[in-house]
Amino acid sequence: MVLERSRTGVIPVAAVPAGTAVHDPLTLREAGPDPAGSVSIALAQFYPRLGDVAANLGAHLTIVSSAAATGAALVVFPELSLTGYFLKDQVPDVALGLRAPEIDALRDASRAGGIDIVAGLILESAGHRFYNSSLYISAGEIVHVHRKVYLPTYGLFDEQRYLAAGDRFRAFDAPLGDRAEHRWRAGILICEDLWHPSAATLLARQGVDLIICPSASPGRGLLQGEAVGTASSYDVMTRTYAQLFTTYVLYCNRSGFEDGVGFWGGSRVVDPVGTVVAEVAGAHESVLYHSLERSAVRRARVAYPLLRDERNDVNDAETDRLRRRPAGG
Amino acid sequence: MSTTPRPIDSDAGPLAVDAAFVIELLRGFIADGVRKVGFERGIVGLSGGVDSSLVTALAVSSLGADNVVAVFMPYRSSDPQSRIDAQAVCDSLGITPTIVDITPQVDAYFEEFPDADRTRRGNKMARERMSILYDHSMTERALVLGTSNKTELLLGYGTLFGDMASALNPIGDLYKTQVYALARALGLPHSVLTKAPSADLWAGQSDEDELGMRYAVVDEVLHLLVDERRSRAEVVALGFDPGDVDNVVARVRGSQYKRRPPVIAKLSNRTIDREFRYPRDWGR
Repeated sequence: MVLERSRTGVIPVAAVPAGTAVHDPLTLREAGPDPAGSVSIALAQFYPRLGDVAANLGAHLTIVSSAAATGAALVVFPELSLTGYFLKDQVPDVALGLRAPEIDALRDASRAGGIDIVAGLILESAGHRFYNSSLYISAGEIVHVHRKVYLPTYGLFDEQRYLAAGDRFRAFDAPLGDRAEHRWRAGILICEDLWHPSAATLLARQGVDLIICPSASPGRGLLQGEAVGTASSYDVMTRTYAQLFTTYVLYCNRSGFEDGVGFWGGSRVVDPVGTVVAEVAGAHESVLYHSLERSAVRRARVAYPLLRDERNDVNDAETDRLRRRPAGG
Repeated sequence: MSTTPRPIDSDAGPLAVDAAFVIELLRGFIADGVRKVGFERGIVGLSGGVDSSLVTALAVSSLGADNVVAVFMPYRSSDPQSRIDAQAVCDSLGITPTIVDITPQVDAYFEEFPDADRTRRGNKMARERMSILYDHSMTERALVLGTSNKTELLLGYGTLFGDMASALNPIGDLYKTQVYALARALGLPHSVLTKAPSADLWAGQSDEDELGMRYAVVDEVLHLLVDERRSRAEVVALGFDPGDVDNVVARVRGSQYKRRPPVIAKLSNRTIDREFRYPRDWGR
């Protein structure tokens, strides 16, 4: 693919399969009265080896190949799936540039299998900043790069010590293996990004049908009613966003332990009315398959035309007014 | 020493644990931690008390009975009931304990220092047990599992490089009352669950006598101070005895050194554990 440098960073320009027009995300989209079709996706609840990119890449390629063989159009891996999470001083050692051979290998796998891939890695910029990132790869091309915006640095988290923060939430057309009959808009939120509702709101305003959330969420809270504390927060968030934004939410958490911290899994698909339609029950390694139904998005938006009714003008005006006020703390 | 056996209640109240969730997580923690460093087996110093009995039971549940070595290391003044309880735990789990009497080596040492007080003797015993455990760890190809609970670790109620030493500690984030809840959930023998907690370093020793407080109270105070980050004043306002609260606060602060690796004099720009930060699982 061709990358263009702009003042604001790297913009992928080969995002749309050849032969289709480039869509402006803010213009109306065409859809038949009966947007038929379903598309199978896979969530790889995966246990990466900490700091071992080569081993993790190998595992990715195996999972991609088997997901492709089942006919999945997309396989999603968790946050930092190529590297593991609590990297500390290993961050610069495992970082990759967009032209790294490991990424080429994923691009080749997507082309060979006719399957899109979302994978997590530490992305190094030309200026040697390190971003917690997820790539959306399709047909051998990097369609979209999301750099995690909200880097948790509290409790057991220390991301701002090691990482630079992304500065945008952008929607993109998800080719879905070029098998979807309908155009799907997607956006990626990595783990902590989900805890900031403005992020999901910005994606919704760009018309997403699919929020993809790669995650590395540690399990904690041993008291009664608290044991699923983190899981219950993600349960609420994924269902709420799906319902309020009438969009699918694909939540892909990881498995395994790092330095005694266990990741709780629980990867899930939530449909556009907020119903959990598929879920991994537990923290074990697993690949979850589900078919996204275009008609489910349509039904949700017929029943709940929330996006149609959204008052962006009011939001903009109030945001402008607040911007002029001194910041509170 | 308490004469009336009584269960320590933790199935209700602010410290009530979700036993099924915790047991499942700890089974995964043990299996992952042992296998990640190239072992298949775990080794536990089993005293017959609730902490080491729970760790042994969790290890068997996680690794299988064939992969758990329990070493019982009595001293001549150890309570005879400890041996009965340790055997009962092993019987219930289908394992055979290894027994190493530490009396000869401890007594030989203190022949040279006959004036040593019982604290010093107790610490020595704990460190002898540690060295035996690590020796067996090598011959058995089994990783040492720790048995210090969160209450002990926070109060500093343990011997540095003795019973506090281990490679993996499954119960270090569980208060004593929560250890009891899990032990009950796993069906450990009745006497293990009901006898008064004791380090059993000398006859009649009782944790609660030494601490001057009941575990039920200590744990609630610790939970408020540590987990809920309440101030001393807030905890006292909730009705806890100010003397007890001050006692707990002083013990936690005073024992901080026991919870940290030794202090390294900083000289270079990249000092170990200060700027040189890698996960313990580095390369695993």
